Amino acid sequence: MALLEVRDLHVRLGGSHVLQGVSFDVPEGAVTALLGRNGVGKTTTLRALLGLVPSEGLVTFDGEEIAGEPTHRIVRRGIGYVPEDREVFSMLTVSENLELARRNGNGRFAYVYELFPELQERGAQRAGTLSGGQQQMLAIARALLNENRILLVDEPTKGLAPMLVTEVAHALERVCEESTVLLVEQNLAVVRRVAEHAVVLDTGRVVHAGPARELLDNRARVHSLLGVA
Amino acid sequence: MSTIVLLVITGFGLGAMYFLIASGLSLIYGLMGVLNFAHGAFLTVGAYGTWYTETKLGGIPVAPRFVLAALVGLAVGTLVAALVELVLIRPLYGRHIEQVLVTVGLALCVTALASAIWTSDAQFVSLPRWTSETTGVVGASIPNDRWLEIGVAALVLLALEAFLRRTRYGLIVRAGVENRSMVTALGIDVRRAFTLVFAIGGLAAALAGVLAALYFGTVDPQRGTSLLIFAFIVVVIGGLGSIGGTAIAAVVVALVQQFANYYASSGIGDLSVVLLLAIVLLIRPSGLTPAAAT
Repeated sequence: MALLEVRDLHVRLGGSHVLQGVSFDVPEGAVTALLGRNGVGKTTTLRALLGLVPSEGLVTFDGEEIAGEPTHRIVRRGIGYVPEDREVFSMLTVSENLELARRNGNGRFAYVYELFPELQERGAQRAGTLSGGQQQMLAIARALLNENRILLVDEPTKGLAPMLVTEVAHALERVCEESTVLLVEQNLAVVRRVAEHAVVLDTGRVVHAGPARELLDNRARVHSLLGVA
Repeated sequence: MSTIVLLVITGFGLGAMYFLIASGLSLIYGLMGVLNFAHGAFLTVGAYGTWYTETKLGGIPVAPRFVLAALVGLAVGTLVAALVELVLIRPLYGRHIEQVLVTVGLALCVTALASAIWTSDAQFVSLPRWTSETTGVVGASIPNDRWLEIGVAALVLLALEAFLRRTRYGLIVRAGVENRSMVTALGIDVRRAFTLVFAIGGLAAALAGVLAALYFGTVDPQRGTSLLIFAFIVVVIGGLGSIGGTAIAAVVVALVQQFANYYASSGIGDLSVVLLLAIVLLIRPSGLTPAAAT
């Protein structure tokens, strides 16, 4: 059963029709990769699902319509978000970033510190002074601090050194084992490791949806849809 | 020497008022991106609330009457600020031109309303005797109200720092100054923080209104607008969203004004402040401490 259903989603930004009727499902307990070339609307899709950009269309989460709700209410239904470019609060410390993300109760600090021990060691350090990889860990940890039903993860390995990509991908694998994830990712090696389903966007439309492995094993199809070998 | 001491301490007193107006203004702009031209109106409401209440409290000794009236003035200023955010500003988030029009209109309305009801003349406030007396410091006779203004502003600075550093709402405000949409993406209703910050800003401005009544001995409809101009300068020099920077800038602006007025000519102080603003904008365009709500 689909935990998240997106039907005929449209987004218009500054005169551009960025999403032109996007429809797809995110099955519960699985990782769905949202793929596509640069600028096809992957990040906009995630932001529209969260209500961060105005959109039209139907979005249901666990059978309930969420489109049009304020962002904070959508998130409080159990949706975690790891944004593109991390968006950690650079003037706050690591601990304050995590404390801010804690929604209810105590928060799963032990879990995130086990996953990213560095964050505990650097609790008093300003997030803006962390390396790119550490900031990415903090962004993921922030989303994991609460018991979410689904995580929307936007390009977690973007701009990271190869060694850090492996580290983040490893953490992502662990996260994906226990959560439903909608993952935007350019690195197909990471997608291959974690994703079961794949949805491909092109110029604001879904041009492919199906099992991830089936797509990734077909090099000609990957090349034609994503422009990579 | 005594002249310098007098100028410094009275400068700090004036700076205290600037800080009280500018701190709210800075937080409101830093967090919400709202350039609130109606902020001076909160000062006017606080000042007139104090004066009006005082005129209605006959038969009570002056000191407790003033304190009681000031509390009413502060409550009214805070309430009006919260209502302005809820009714006028909230529907206009992200629409900067409309925000400017509404807040400028509101500022004009409050000034006109106060003039229409109580005339445009300054109204004298009955002040506790101690505030109009002086205290000798190194040969200088310092008006006692300046100590009160400095003390109150210092307490507000400490309270704001404690609020920002030690409370969850403070954390939300500091994060919101940096990246508002990410705060909402963490499941936080940032609008509540907006209302709270507006109310805190209104309280601080109303407090400035009460202290301005002490400083000048009167209330008048134009005072909010005239002090707001210097508050804007203080906010820009201090760095938007920075409480520490605002405090430093308020003192610097007031001292420059006091010294220039005394050693050059009356009126040169205002010109010097504008010159100072230009210099800071050229050297450090983001202000003295361009940090997020610190």
